[in-house]
Amino acid sequence: LEPPKTDQPHIQGPSLWPIGFAIGVACVLVGLIVSTPAVVVGAVIAIVCAMLWIRDATRGYSAPAVVEPETRPARVVAPAAVEDAAEEETFPRSVFLEGATLGLGAVIGGVVAVPALGFMVAPAFVGQHAKRVDVGPITDFPEGQYTITTFLRDPSAGEVSRRTAYVRNNGVVNGDPSFTIISNRCAHLGCPVQPGGPIFEDKKKTATTGAGEEVTIIPMLPAGGFVCPCHGGAYDQEGNRVAGPPVRALDRYEFEVRDGHLVLLGTYSVAYVKDTGANARIKKYQLQNPGDTVRGIESWLYPIQPHS
Amino acid sequence: MATVQTKKSGSRLVQVANYPLDWLEERSGLVGGVKYFLFRKVPADIGWFHTLGSATLTAFIVQVTTGVILAMYYKPDPNSAYESIQHITNDLTLGWLVRGMHRWGASVFIILMFFHMARVFLFSAYKYPRELNWIIGVLLLATGMFEGFTGYLLPWDQTAYWASVVGININGTAPFLGPFIAQFLRGGAEIGPDTLARFYSLHMLVLPGALFGLIGLHLYLVIRLGVSPNPWTKDGAGAKRTEVAPTARSGLTRPSSRGKAE
Repeated sequence: LEPPKTDQPHIQGPSLWPIGFAIGVACVLVGLIVSTPAVVVGAVIAIVCAMLWIRDATRGYSAPAVVEPETRPARVVAPAAVEDAAEEETFPRSVFLEGATLGLGAVIGGVVAVPALGFMVAPAFVGQHAKRVDVGPITDFPEGQYTITTFLRDPSAGEVSRRTAYVRNNGVVNGDPSFTIISNRCAHLGCPVQPGGPIFEDKKKTATTGAGEEVTIIPMLPAGGFVCPCHGGAYDQEGNRVAGPPVRALDRYEFEVRDGHLVLLGTYSVAYVKDTGANARIKKYQLQNPGDTVRGIESWLYPIQPHS
Repeated sequence: MATVQTKKSGSRLVQVANYPLDWLEERSGLVGGVKYFLFRKVPADIGWFHTLGSATLTAFIVQVTTGVILAMYYKPDPNSAYESIQHITNDLTLGWLVRGMHRWGASVFIILMFFHMARVFLFSAYKYPRELNWIIGVLLLATGMFEGFTGYLLPWDQTAYWASVVGININGTAPFLGPFIAQFLRGGAEIGPDTLARFYSLHMLVLPGALFGLIGLHLYLVIRLGVSPNPWTKDGAGAKRTEVAPTARSGLTRPSSRGKAE
């Protein structure tokens, strides 16, 4: 019986550069969404790691194989002329063709897959900043009274983008008009919160602003604050959570007054509000998804928000 | 010449009837493949519980068929989606039936998947060597549930809209990646026309494609590994061997010895 061959040639450990390459590619993809410098950094990482990876992978072919000392004697004892001839061909044709086929296949697959997947994912994240919305002259908003104001957030998208804000004119404070503008998107899971009080439909006003967008303004009295029909979240008149599952106060709109018109800007998230009306001190955060906390340990679970 | 014919003594009529099958078999081997699939041996003591997998497959086929037909009339656009659903239900001949089959069939599909999973779990049919098939089954369950979620938005009525808002925002509460998942599902920072079209595409192209592939793998493994014997069966895997042991099935391979009696 022939003894089993235990003399195995030393096998190189797996290269770690693919991991660096993957990190670089991930950095590029994240950077495409977040920031341009990150794309450059990611690209550099990816290219450097790719070159090192290639160098690692082709080491066996490009340089004479480093033979482990203990395997050398076995080969010296019985050198076969045929083996020498075979060893001289360090990069056989078949290996090259195999690599070329796989490599070309990967390139073709990448050329197709990267734009397709990018087109699937990127539009959801790029250019998502809120448009400015003119909701009409500030005289439409009676002082000290809440109104249900609906408007098109994105007129090009049509009625599907109709949003509701609860707007209260706090009057003029230090020469500047003051407004409380609360989003009706529940901070629990995004259902529309409703005013807990009478709605004066007969005093409904409609205004046409901008490119034929219709704005409706209905005065109301949210004596019981705001309540959500889905899971019973309840808020006071300033949007502070008072009961139910919401994790923070209601979001608010930033606004400006231009040529006597109230213009809504972006939305921001609110942890809580102290005091009321024009004196409100708002604990303000970048806009978060409903259900995501903005402060405390739980907010560490949501370190990055995709909204730009 | 023909390989299908088992009865050489068939009448001329039978030969004529078999000719197309022989023609097909000679060129593709498909007839033999179908026969292999349909006439494979199964443990003797399996019963109605073992039909739940086929029932789930049938429910899936019903969903595919009715879904394809519904797609001929449905319009995935916020301005016309609701109207097109009303048109299907109220105006088109038999539209109410096909939509109803698809709507209720969706629940049937999900419920049968759970029953099938319970059967496999309680009968220990997920054990070696069938773990991979359990894993594929889990993926099928997740994909099937995602089908249900994406399909729920398509009627574009108040229930559909707000249920999807809540569903997307539940995804948004997942740690770290949640807000990104939610924004991907929405197709933007807000729900809009793209959300409906996106859900439609996922519902009728991406997810069914995934389901087809996974079901193919699932069935391949069922055929390759055979139907598992009942855990209480005398000749099942791990059970005490009887005196007739040498010819008894191991339960881990396709049964072969049982057929010898024929």
